[in-house]
Amino acid sequence: MSERETAEPVELAINGVSCVRDGRTLFTQLEYNCPRGTVLQVLGFNGAGKTTLLNALAGLLPCSEGEILWRGHPIRRSRAFTAEVFYLGHQVPVKPSLTVWENLHWLARLRGQAVAAEQGLQALAQVDLDAYHGALCRNLSAGQKRRVALAQLYLSGERLWILDEPFTAIDKEGVARLQDLLQQHAERGGIAVITSHQALELPGLKNLNLSDYQPLDAYDYA
Amino acid sequence: MTMPDARPPVAGAWRAVLARDLKLSWRQRSDLVNPLLFYLITITLLPLGVDPSRQLLGSIAPGMLWIMALLATLLSLDSLFRCDYEDGTLVQFQLSSEPLFLTVLGKITAYWLTTGLPLALVSPLLAVMLALPPSGYLALVLSLLLGTAIMALIGALGAALTVCLRAGGLILTLVVMPLYLPVLIIGANAVSSAVAGFGYGRELALLGAGLALALMVMPAAVAGALRVSANQ
Repeated sequence: MSERETAEPVELAINGVSCVRDGRTLFTQLEYNCPRGTVLQVLGFNGAGKTTLLNALAGLLPCSEGEILWRGHPIRRSRAFTAEVFYLGHQVPVKPSLTVWENLHWLARLRGQAVAAEQGLQALAQVDLDAYHGALCRNLSAGQKRRVALAQLYLSGERLWILDEPFTAIDKEGVARLQDLLQQHAERGGIAVITSHQALELPGLKNLNLSDYQPLDAYDYA
Repeated sequence: MTMPDARPPVAGAWRAVLARDLKLSWRQRSDLVNPLLFYLITITLLPLGVDPSRQLLGSIAPGMLWIMALLATLLSLDSLFRCDYEDGTLVQFQLSSEPLFLTVLGKITAYWLTTGLPLALVSPLLAVMLALPPSGYLALVLSLLLGTAIMALIGALGAALTVCLRAGGLILTLVVMPLYLPVLIIGANAVSSAVAGFGYGRELALLGAGLALALMVMPAAVAGALRVSANQ
């Protein structure tokens, strides 16, 4: 499955990676190279290891075999890499008892970014939450809470976006807008790795199907 | 943008987390009252359940005030990282450009300010109920101020190690309890010495040394524990 494009240098390289979880090998010998401007959709059935792969790509989990390189350097414990990653898991890091604005400001602060009022409101407007900026997040719907976290993408200067099921609970129009944003990110030379069960309409979208890298005894639990 | 110039100062991470956690605690005040209420109720029940004679109460008061403060701390420890773990904030901490140990220290500071500090401050009031001789009040407050801070730092390690476990509370207690024992012994001793009319400077110095050691070691240890256990 690995496609080598000679035009763009490879930024994110997955070299022979295997991940084991609870004694079960999820995928082995995974090879994939992402040059600049890649949007990669990770596919696989439930429990195939999509989230595990994303966590490994973010440097949160060690791989049991192989290594992941960012611009030629291993990503584990690398500050330079961490500064270039934006990761959003399937849980939404939004506090119910903080307001939308406070959550936005705080998440940006964690990423090392101070958000000016105007900039923040613009990002919120992109996710249709500018009218709610003073509302407590406990009063928002699940989709709106996710939008609060997704607003970070409009502020983000990170090169690598790792998004686990970003479209969960997002309405149709929001999904379309998020796809546009992913495309813009790719055009700017960024890389996005996402998991989703939705069929995405993105030109140049790459697919990585984890079922292709399953070990032979994947179903053998004994 | 993560340009080095635009990066906030180093202690900024500590202050930002501290401010956020204090704000969160203030907005969820009802959770805040729990350890304090536990402390109040157990101490109030003691004379009723044991014996209201001043002599007996006065003699067990130093130990009891300390034991109940320890249990009250233990009661609230489990939630220290749980909420941030469940909503994925912990992952953002790990991927933050700020060092994790500073973030952790900010959380522990906020935790101590909202549990340990109030416990230490109300303790003289409860000491009156247990007929502790007034000469022990100052020793009680000072030893609890230092002791609860040490317990918060040690407890954070237990909380970090058990954050991914469903029933982490019991294991947390088992992990943390042995480390709390020296603190309890020294702390209760400080109060007893003060009541007996001896100096208690030695005990406070020991607690202070313990706090200094815990401050040096624990934030990094907790950060390491979180990196291991939060991604299971």
